[in-house]
Amino acid sequence: MTKHTLSVLVENTPGILARIAALFSRRGFNIDSLAVGVTEHPDISRITIVVNVESLPLEQVTKQLNKLVNVLKIVELEDAAAIQRELVLVKVRADNETRSQIVEIVKLFRAKTVDVSPEAVTIEATGGTDKLGAMLKMLEPFGIKELVQSGTIAIGRGARSITDRSLRALERSA
Amino acid sequence: MTEQATGPHHHPQPRARTGAAQQPAIVEQVTGAQSLIRALEEVGCDTVFGIPGGAILPAYDPMMDSSKVRHILVRHEQGAGHAATGYAQATGKVGVCMATSGPGATNLVTPIADAHMDSVPLVAITGQVASKAIGTDAFQEADICGITMPITKHNWLVTDPAEIPRTIAEAFHVASTGRPGPVLVDIAKDALQARTTFVWPPHTDLPGYRPVTKPHAKQIREAAKLITQARRPVLYVGGGVMKAQATAELKVFAELTGAPVTTTLMALGSFPDSHPLHVGMPGMHGSVAAVTALQKADLIVALGARFDDRVTGKLDSFAPYAKVVHADIDPAEIGKNRVADVPIVGDAREVLADLIVAVQHEHAEGHTGDYAAWWDDLNRWRETYPLGYDQPEDGSLSPQQVIQRIGQLAPEDTIFAAGVGQHQMWAAHFIDYEKPQTWLNSGGAGTMGYAVPAAMGAKTGMPDRTVWAVDGDGCFQMTNQELVTCALNNIPIKVAIINNGALGMVRQWQTLFYNQRYSNTVLHSGPAVSNGGSATGSGKEPCAGTRVPDFVKLADAMGCVGLRCEDPAELDAVIEQANAINDRPVVVDFIVHQDAMVWPMVAAGTSNDEILAARGVRPDFGDNEDD
Repeated sequence: MTKHTLSVLVENTPGILARIAALFSRRGFNIDSLAVGVTEHPDISRITIVVNVESLPLEQVTKQLNKLVNVLKIVELEDAAAIQRELVLVKVRADNETRSQIVEIVKLFRAKTVDVSPEAVTIEATGGTDKLGAMLKMLEPFGIKELVQSGTIAIGRGARSITDRSLRALERSA
Repeated sequence: MTEQATGPHHHPQPRARTGAAQQPAIVEQVTGAQSLIRALEEVGCDTVFGIPGGAILPAYDPMMDSSKVRHILVRHEQGAGHAATGYAQATGKVGVCMATSGPGATNLVTPIADAHMDSVPLVAITGQVASKAIGTDAFQEADICGITMPITKHNWLVTDPAEIPRTIAEAFHVASTGRPGPVLVDIAKDALQARTTFVWPPHTDLPGYRPVTKPHAKQIREAAKLITQARRPVLYVGGGVMKAQATAELKVFAELTGAPVTTTLMALGSFPDSHPLHVGMPGMHGSVAAVTALQKADLIVALGARFDDRVTGKLDSFAPYAKVVHADIDPAEIGKNRVADVPIVGDAREVLADLIVAVQHEHAEGHTGDYAAWWDDLNRWRETYPLGYDQPEDGSLSPQQVIQRIGQLAPEDTIFAAGVGQHQMWAAHFIDYEKPQTWLNSGGAGTMGYAVPAAMGAKTGMPDRTVWAVDGDGCFQMTNQELVTCALNNIPIKVAIINNGALGMVRQWQTLFYNQRYSNTVLHSGPAVSNGGSATGSGKEPCAGTRVPDFVKLADAMGCVGLRCEDPAELDAVIEQANAINDRPVVVDFIVHQDAMVWPMVAAGTSNDEILAARGVRPDFGDNEDD
């Protein structure tokens, strides 16, 4: 099985996330990660879904998603042609001895220290799954007290925008 | 992961027009409820099946005044849903049902799921608790949009009365276009009560809904080429051809190519059963010729069909030699179960029209298919393994014969509706369907209890046609209360209860696969009641059981004529008697032999190559010479 990143443009209507999540569960497709947010157009939301499927089931996922009336467009973003990012907030055990070592690791991964207390530091980091995984591995020996991670968001490289045509469709129907 | 993550919500309000605004033809100051009824009138809805209740109550007040919309008060919301389905299947129009919030709405779930599996255009309208009470576990509150999400094509919750006309227009559009299907509109009670403006035609807003109907020319040419090159082609025709009203085109296309035609359970009547090119129904209980034709085919042309497991049997061994041309209006069906060599997305009627031209073009270039050897095989299978049945040795009624005679004695253009089980398969086998929309049944969902309410809906939509419900005694006991609706609303349907005293299809499986251990399939066993009625048996044999309930008395109590037939000698006379009664519903209790079985059969989960023409009889396909 391989990972595929789908960018799904949807009408910003109540219940759309439930429709998409329910579709994945009832058709037996597993979601690795999911992130939702508004786009430059207030009527359009963008859902980035990472799924772990073979290519034939992926085609079925895409076709079934397309049948949802509020779904405007689905684009698969290939790894090489897109930028993919996740956000991690991690609270690491720290004392006077270890704090400087932790800050060193934070610098190496171009992350940020966003909160410091006598027993812990909280680190904010963005990046791809590999980079964040490597950073967390380095931090693990100090003791990870709490970890929160966002779903992947992704955008294609180059000047083209996947929202352009959907916006025109929205305007035509309006 | 919550909805709040999407940021500020924008309720789908009609957007400002960018182009030249066309003036709506109708603008009226009304209540939300009046707006709903006006919208139903404008969209052409003439019949609503439903039951009022608290949350939907405001809608029923203006309903009373409507001269265009006839409301039929059913006895159970499930009946309303199946009636709307029967109406839609018989007329080709959108069926409409209405219910109140909570249990009223949840009682529609089965018919909505049924319509979803069989792609029936259905609009379900439900009342919802007042918008402020939504989410508070209010009295008779149910999240019916959430509940029906997986079984509707789309659904809407309306809390703003101004959105009622637009939502109704969109609901009918989505239900009836593309691949048809059920939709649900849930309207909060306060939206029905509030003052609003009724504007028609409304501005509809469905930017994400664009069904493709026009097939791709290149794929059509490719399909035509394969058809003329094939040696053993089969047209595998599904319900989509009926839905697209493409039966005339299908006949032209089939006769042009000379290829054999199989019609699925959902497509019976889309190609005349009596046509020489028709080789029968495929699938688990399909004819030997149809099942074998698909197994041995080198080309399957699937038209509005979806390679359902009841057709394919074990998928890996289905039609191993065949290339597949798959035409369907739903792109997600193509390649879902079977990879298509030539995928064609489009409306069946447009696909067939284009295919006819493309095949004619191939013929003009001198490429015609030579299927003579194929027809030799097909004809041999047809002649060697025709559909048939044995008469019971004890002189009791044969269920197959009952159904066959009902079909033969029925007036022209009679519509048949079946329940689910043995009687459904026999009705598929032994009644000839020559015209579209004369056969209604629950194919995908297999909903027992479908027949009586569906027949009621069909008769309502087609009052001049005879409508026979062919039902089992198990099915009948699920939804027979709608006969009261029929009796009170002048909907004179005819119901044949194929009464074998058992859940016959389940009993058949117990006979074949569970060592004749009949666990909970005998319906009227038990101590005979001494009610002075017609209890005749001790319950040892299902068909000679306690006769509880007494269907003749039950029919009589519901305002219908009740008849009974248990003697083959009286069969025709009783059917003629039922056919002659047209002022009231008629119920005929046919007491039939309990051990009759449906053949041919492909056991569940096995290959279609393992089809049995009758118990223990595997057809001789001459496999060696074919392979």
